[in-house]
Amino acid sequence: MSKYVPIPSNRMLLERDVGKEPVLETHHLGIDFGGLTAVDDFELTIGKTEIAGLIGPNGAGKTTVFNLLTKVYHPTRGTILLNGKETTGMDTAAINRAGIARTFQNIRLFGAQTVEDNVKIGLHMHMKTNIWSDIFRLPSYWREEKKAQETALELLSIFDMQDLAKHQAGSLPYGAQRRLEIVRALATKPCLLLLDEPAAGMNPSETAELMDIIRKIRDDFHIAVLLIEHDMNLVMGICEGIVVLNYGKIIAKGTPEEIQSNPVVIEAYLGKKEEA
Amino acid sequence: MKKWKALSPQTRSDFITYGIVIAAFIVLRLLSAFGMLSNSLTGLLVPLCAYIIMAVSLNLTVGVLGELSLGHAGFMSVGAFSGVIACAGMESFIPNPIIRLLIAVVIGGVLAGITGFLIGIPVLRLRGDYLAIVTLAFGEIIKNIINCLYIGIDGAGLHISLVSSAELGLNSGRVVINGPVGAVGVQKISTFTFSFVLVMITLIVVLNIMRSRTGRAIMAVRDNRIAAESVGISITKYKMIAFITSAVLAGAAGVLFAMNYTSLSSSKFDFNQSILILVFVVLGGLGNIRGSIIATVILYLLPEILRPIQDYRMLIYSIVLIIVMLTTNSEKAKLYIGKIKARLTKKNAKGGEQGE
Ligand SMILES: Nc1ncnc2c1ncn2[C@@H]1O[C@H](COP(=O)(O)OP(=O)(O)OP(=O)(O)O)[C@@H](O)[C@H]1O
Ligand SMILES: [Mg+2]
Repeated sequence: MSKYVPIPSNRMLLERDVGKEPVLETHHLGIDFGGLTAVDDFELTIGKTEIAGLIGPNGAGKTTVFNLLTKVYHPTRGTILLNGKETTGMDTAAINRAGIARTFQNIRLFGAQTVEDNVKIGLHMHMKTNIWSDIFRLPSYWREEKKAQETALELLSIFDMQDLAKHQAGSLPYGAQRRLEIVRALATKPCLLLLDEPAAGMNPSETAELMDIIRKIRDDFHIAVLLIEHDMNLVMGICEGIVVLNYGKIIAKGTPEEIQSNPVVIEAYLGKKEEA
Repeated sequence: MKKWKALSPQTRSDFITYGIVIAAFIVLRLLSAFGMLSNSLTGLLVPLCAYIIMAVSLNLTVGVLGELSLGHAGFMSVGAFSGVIACAGMESFIPNPIIRLLIAVVIGGVLAGITGFLIGIPVLRLRGDYLAIVTLAFGEIIKNIINCLYIGIDGAGLHISLVSSAELGLNSGRVVINGPVGAVGVQKISTFTFSFVLVMITLIVVLNIMRSRTGRAIMAVRDNRIAAESVGISITKYKMIAFITSAVLAGAAGVLFAMNYTSLSSSKFDFNQSILILVFVVLGGLGNIRGSIIATVILYLLPEILRPIQDYRMLIYSIVLIIVMLTTNSEKAKLYIGKIKARLTKKNAKGGEQGE
């Protein structure tokens, strides 16, 4: 396990990621919805190979952070640096091309399409065909379709889902749909993967398996992962760094051990859970 | 047979669609060769093909892209009148009518496509049903513009006026578009074979798009805009591609349609026409290309076939409408049809085994 150490910009990075450009850096990020400040002064740095967690009670603003990072919402304040580059003016599609892929808390698959086609849609930006080669079925069409087919099955095999390739995505069980969303996101070849409650609706053994796979994805694809999750076993088990959000503000940051023993967090988050 | 089974269900379904169209063409050809096709029915074949192209192309916008267009006849109109003008201009130096028609179809398609592009640029960036409103207005505007357009051709080239045909100042030559009367003196050069080829091209273009990266992106935009964007798909680009392709095909259909009549008024391409085509698409099933063809054939030919029983014509027409609507949209009916299909294929399969 790598340790967190301070870097010149006065932020913390895992020792193994020091010297490499952080994949993500936000400064004073915030958004208001009318009078409501949903996220405020959000500061986060994620190293190249870090698995980070974003936790907090319901309505804390976690999903809103994801929507800000991917420009589904445009920030009211603050800046986002992706691999050191400002993302001002980029839209959601441009953000994905620049390296962020995500899953959604309320699953957003292309339910009427097959599992395989969902992954192929994820491969969209990496297929070298255009409208003409598609209409006239030029050699590039056949070549790229074949390649996409192989890549799609390969990616599905991460979750052992290759046998489901021809099934309709919308007909899959809940857990499988969540896994398919991860595969689709991976297909876009991101450098940062955002997972919004990936274990929701999964049983403990499925969750344990998911933890292994998330780690494996980080190792095999050499990417960083930021995940939102209410399942504390998962968060404490795989996250190297954790950020705790409450009422749109960061109330604590640290390693799983630090977070677990932080009285502010226990009061705001864990304490509340015990009551319920 | 083994190869056939190895194909994906989509590819198989596409080949069946092509097969149905080709078979229908051959049967109709044979019937007419043996003089078994009535004159009135023969006269309907070219417009029928034009309507099939219209329905299939509109399905690309409404069914595959999921944007409502209420002015598809407007693109047909742009194609029709530019085709008429182009043909009149080429009469003197291109004697072969089929080549003339071919060039006119290309010109009509391109101009309709450019019109689609101009409409799409401001509208397709917006979210919501703005396209329906704008295309509705577009259809009416085009109709009214052509209504007060006078165009003539003589040795000196094209003459345009917005006042009257006398203003054109033609020395020799002739009037091509005569205001509210519309296109006049059109040479009937559309043929059934040419129409069939154009239908096949339309089918190949639309189905090939649907089964490719481009089509997957278009359907992704339709099914979940945010998810599509989240994998890097540019929403506006793919909306434009679908909408412009649809406009180009409608323009081509317009040329085909216009070149089948000696005169043609712009009021032929009004709101009712757009809605009629939309009815074909909706009844055939959104995104279902074969459905569009079948619905168009039934609903377009039915009034003609029922002509002998004049009094009951509209009654039967409306009953058929209701039946089609029920069978394509009701879950129970679909289940029932599915059962019948399963039984039929089972029988076939058994027959095949016995044969071996
Ligand atoms: N588009 C929006 N318009 C107005 N308010 C919004 C919008 N999106 C989010 N909010 C508000 O922002 C706050 C944070 O919501 P968010 O979905 O980010 O919470 P969360 O931490 O993801 O919660 P959960 O754990 O339940 O998923 C909530 O009060 C929510 O009502
Ligand atoms: Mg959330």
